[in-house]
Formats: sequence, C-alpha cells, structure tokens
Amino acid sequence: MIGFLKRWWRVATGPSKFFSLGFLTLGGFVSGVLFWGAFNTALEFTNREAFCIGCHEMRDNVYQELQDTIHFTNRSGVRATCPDCHVPHEWTHKIARKMQASKEVWGWLFGTIDTRQEFQAMRRTLAEHEWHRLKANDSLECRNCHGADSMDITRQSPRAARIHERFLFTGERTCIDCHKGIAHELPNMEGVPPGWDPQWDRAAALSSGVGQGQGPMGDSGD
Amino acid sequence: MKAWLLLAAALLLPCLALAAGESPRLVGPSPMPAEVPAPPLPADRADDVRRTRNYPDQPPVIPHSITDYQIDLNTNRCLTCHARQYAEAVQAPMISVTHYQDRDGQFLGGVSARRYFCTQCHVPQTDARPLVDNRFEDIDTILERLRRGRDGQ
Ligand code: HEC
Ligand code: HEC
Ligand code: HEC
Ligand code: HEC
Ligand code: HEC
Ligand code: HEC
Repeated sequence: MIGFLKRWWRVATGPSKFFSLGFLTLGGFVSGVLFWGAFNTALEFTNREAFCIGCHEMRDNVYQELQDTIHFTNRSGVRATCPDCHVPHEWTHKIARKMQASKEVWGWLFGTIDTRQEFQAMRRTLAEHEWHRLKANDSLECRNCHGADSMDITRQSPRAARIHERFLFTGERTCIDCHKGIAHELPNMEGVPPGWDPQWDRAAALSSGVGQGQGPMGDSGD
Repeated sequence: MKAWLLLAAALLLPCLALAAGESPRLVGPSPMPAEVPAPPLPADRADDVRRTRNYPDQPPVIPHSITDYQIDLNTNRCLTCHARQYAEAVQAPMISVTHYQDRDGQFLGGVSARRYFCTQCHVPQTDARPLVDNRFEDIDTILERLRRGRDGQ
C-alpha cells in the first residue's frame, strides 16, 4: 500500500512523461469546468423552493403562511418563491448568502426549533435579520419584480399613490420600511414603527432601523 | 258550532297554503340538497371614498382593501394608520375618542381592549347584488317626509 502511494507521488510530482503539456492544460480546463458546473448545480439546487421547504421549520411555518398571501396566488399568475425574496440573484451575493445559510443547517442539526411555539419565540429575531438585510440592499429582491420606475401610481389606489409619492419616490424610504409581513405572519411588533412614522428619524437613531413606536396595544404614549 | 267551524278553517287554511307551495328560499339552491357551484366572490369596493353613515353611531364601513391585514396579539395593522400618532402621515381618519374609552367611559392611554379587533364592527363593502332589498331610510329622509306631509296639509 505504502509502496503504491510512493509510486504515485513520484509520478504526480515528476515531470510528465506520457501526456503533452497541451493535453494537461486542456484536461485541467475540462475538469475545472466540470467541477464548476457541479458546484453551480449544487447552488442552483439549494436555490429552489423545494430545498427550502425540505426542512420542517420552513415548511410548517413560513411556507404555510405564504400560501394565503398575494405572493402565492394572484390575478397575474406570478408566483414569488422563497429564493425570489431571500437569496439575491447576483452571483457574489449568492455565495455570501450560502455561507450564512450553513449556519441554518447547524441550527437544524442541533434542533434549535422543534415546534411552532419555538419558531414563534424566535421569529422576531429572524425577522429582524431579514429586515436589516433588505434595508441594507434597498429592498433589492422586491425591486427585482417591482421596479419603482415601472410603477404607475395613477393606477394605484389613492391611498397607496399618496404615500408612495411622499416617501418612496423621494427616496426617503424603501419598500421593507413599510411593507413588512407581506409574505408571512408578523412577530410581536412592539417598538417597530411603520415606515410613515413622523418620528422615524428618532426611532431609527435609537436602534438602527428598529425603533420606538407601535406596540401591540396601539399608542405607545410618546 | 259556527264558531268552531270558523276556527277550524282559520287553523287549516295556512297549512293548506304551506302544502301547496313551500315558502320561497332566500338563499341557496332550491330544492335544498342540490349541489351548485359557489358563485364567484364579489370584489371589495376599495375606491378610497368614505361612505355616508346611516346614523351617527354607525361604525363607518371600510373604503379600502384589507386583504391579509393582520390583527392579533402580535400586531394590529389597522392601528399603523388609524392610531393617533400615524393618522396624519397617511391621511387616515384617526379612530375617534370612543376607541380610547373603556366601558365606564374612562379614557385610556391606548386603544381600549374592546375596540382592538376592528373588523368586529368595521367591514368593507362588496359589489354583491343584495338578495333582499334594503328599505332603510335615514332620519333626515323620514323627517323630510313628515315635513312635506305637514306642509301639504
Ligand atoms: C436544513 C434545514 C433548512 C433549510 C434547507 C432551509 N432553512 Fe431556512 N432556516 C432553518 C432554521 C433552523 C432557521 C433558524 C435559524 C437559526 O436557528 O439561526 C432558518 C432561518 C431562516 C431565515 C431567517 C433569517 C435569518 O438570517 O435568521 C430565512 C430568511 C430562511 N431560513 C430562509 C430559507 C430559504 C430561502 C431557504 C431555501 C433557499 C432555506 N431557508 C432553507 C432551516 C432551514
Ligand atoms: C417574484 C416576483 C415578486 C417578488 C420578488 C416580490 N413581489 Fe410583491 N408582488 C408580486 C406579484 C406578482 C404581486 C401581485 C400583483 C397583482 O396581481 O396585483 C405582488 C404584490 C405585492 C403587493 C400588493 C399587495 C396587495 O394586496 O395588493 C405588495 C405591497 C408587494 N407585492 C410588496 C412586495 C415586497 C415588499 C417585496 C419584497 C420583500 C416583494 N413584493 C417581492 C411579485 C413579487
Ligand atoms: C412610505 C411607505 C411605503 C413605501 C416606502 C413603499 N410603500 Fe407600497 N404601499 C404603502 C401603503 C401605505 C400602501 C397601501 C396600503 C397597503 O396596501 O398596505 C402601499 C401599496 C402598495 C402596493 C399595492 C398598490 C395598490 O394599488 O394598492 C404595491 C404593489 C406596493 N405598495 C409596492 C411597493 C414597493 C415595491 C415598494 C418599494 C419599491 C413600496 N411599495 C414602497 C406604503 C409604502
Ligand atoms: C414576497 C417575498 C417573500 C417570499 C416569497 C418569502 N418570504 Fe420569507 N420573508 C420575507 C420578508 C419581507 C421577511 C421579513 C419578516 C416579515 O416582514 O414578515 C421574511 C421572513 C422570513 C423568515 C424569518 C421569520 C419570519 O417569519 O419573519 C423566514 C424563516 C422566511 N422568511 C422563510 C421563507 C421561506 C422558507 C419562503 C418560501 C416558502 C419564504 N420565506 C418566502 C419575504 C418573503
Ligand atoms: C395604510 C394605511 C391604512 C391601513 C393599514 C388601514 N387604513 Fe383604514 N383608512 C386609511 C385611509 C387613508 C382612509 C381614508 C379613506 C381612504 O383613503 O381610503 C381610511 C378609511 C377607513 C375607514 C373609513 C372612515 C370613515 O370615517 O369613513 C374605516 C372604517 C377604516 N379605514 C378602517 C380600517 C380598518 C378596520 C383597518 C384594518 C383592518 C384599516 N382601516 C387599515 C388608511 C389605512
Ligand atoms: C365595538 C365596535 C367597534 C370596534 C371594535 C372598532 N370601532 Fe371604530 N367605530 C365604531 C363606531 C360605533 C364608530 C362611530 C362612532 C364613534 O366614533 O364612536 C367608529 C368610528 C371609527 C372611525 C371614524 C372616526 C371618525 O372620527 O371619523 C374610524 C377611522 C374607526 N372607527 C376605526 C377603527 C379601527 C382602526 C378599529 C380597530 C382598532 C376600530 N375602529 C374598532 C365602532 C367600533
């Protein structure tokens, strides 16, 4: 066994006797492509909804809720899947997200979330991660489907048109500031102001985007 | 004897009428157990135009979409617009002071628990054709008719 390995080591490290340099380069290139392809396929797989809802934490909670919303069925027949909102389409972002996702696999292995109650208990924390991410990238995933440029506010309800004109088109706010909970149930929203809160700046200053404001029982008495 | 006959007739006649033809059903298929496809859901009237109230105490109807609006222990979507501190920014009417009162008329710092579940009292309107005509008249119509009657005399 040892002898076999030693022989291979000599062959592998010594100069090539049988193959031309060209062949080796080409071979390297081909296997590189194959490896890259496999890597890409693996990524593509993990980028599908079927993969996401393979885990009960995702299937029994967020996926169930998604099915009741406009992003699952609507008159336009466009369906938003998990990766549409949660994994950036850009390559670089993709890898970064995948690295972060390995942490979830850890959570799954060690079972941080077993029941609906446990999920609800963690939900505020998880939601905050997503809010911060979408805030930081100016709601990139939403804009992949909903371009502000293509938004014809004359065809929106007056209620929506008014507020988009005042806050969205002036660049003061981004989609996620106002449209939380469009795909899943919201966690306890105590202290999370709506995007049109007149005290927004003060609230934002208090805790990086998630500040004072609407408690579950209404007036926080500011 | 005559009285007895009359009484018997009075009791029998409605029964005969009933047997002749079942009273017409207001809703659902007739005869009853037949299966018919459900009619399509009528669309909400979500034109953002506030409706006249029929009497001052009426909970106004909702003139906008409330599809998927979450109201539970965690959050109340309605209050993100109708609570005092947010009403101006979205140009929504603030919930009136009665929503801040408990049943003894005491004013509270926040929305009263008995007014928390908004859709108990406030509902959107749809384009559905009413099954039964609504002949409600508000107080002004009635007073107007009375006044005309008096003037006419
Ligand atoms: C291996 C099981 C598993 C799979 C597969 C999985 N998740 Fe998760 N996910 C979890 C668990 C467990 C958590 C809770 C995270 C923790 O404990 O830190 C979580 C948390 C999240 C969060 C909360 C955000 C955060 O950063 O905390 C999002 C968003 C999410 N998952 C989306 C997805 C999407 C999109 C997919 C498919 C591309 C997916 N998940 C696939 C198990 C999984
Ligand atoms: C895959 C594309 C896609 C993505 C990604 C997406 N949406 Fe949508 N969204 C839609 C479609 C399709 C509709 C329904 C349009 C219709 O038929 O009225 C919709 C509807 C909406 C509505 C209207 C709800 C209503 O009741 O009328 C809002 C608000 C909205 N999206 C916000 C968002 C936000 C915020 C994000 C990002 C977190 C987002 N969307 C991401 C496709 C998408
Ligand atoms: C300042 C807050 C705010 C921001 C920022 C904002 N919206 Fe809205 N949007 C609203 C409100 C309020 C409504 C109407 C009520 C509702 O549907 O909740 C609305 C309604 C909508 C609707 C439904 C339109 C209709 O006719 O009812 C869509 C779609 C939508 N928003 C998408 C977006 C997208 C995409 C972005 C980011 C590019 C965005 N909004 C940014 C507050 C905002
Ligand atoms: C239309 C966009 C959209 C789609 C589609 C979507 N999500 Fe989300 N998701 C969000 C947003 C926005 C949040 C941030 C919390 C919130 O506002 O509800 C979120 C939050 C989460 C969270 C954190 C816990 C929570 O509820 O806040 C998890 C986990 C999650 N999503 C998983 C998924 C999975 C799995 C799918 C597919 C079955 C999916 N999401 C589909 C937009 C979306
Ligand atoms: C995005 C902000 C917003 C949200 C959320 C919202 N509303 Fe409204 N509401 C308005 C605005 C603005 C008006 C004024 C008319 C219009 O523009 O539609 C209004 C009007 C009303 C009216 C009519 C008041 C009158 O005097 O005629 C009622 C009732 C009402 N809303 C109830 C509700 C209920 C109940 C909910 C929750 C299920 C809710 N609203 C959620 C913004 C909102
Ligand atoms: C128990 C029934 C009830 C509940 C629950 C209730 N309301 Fe009302 N609401 C009324 C009645 C009655 C009126 C009209 C008389 C008054 O102002 O008290 C009214 C008036 C209003 C008005 C018009 C105020 C004005 O001055 O024009 C708005 C807006 C409103 N309600 C919103 C809400 C919202 C939002 C909620 C949930 C937080 C809610 N209501 C819960 C009964 C109710």
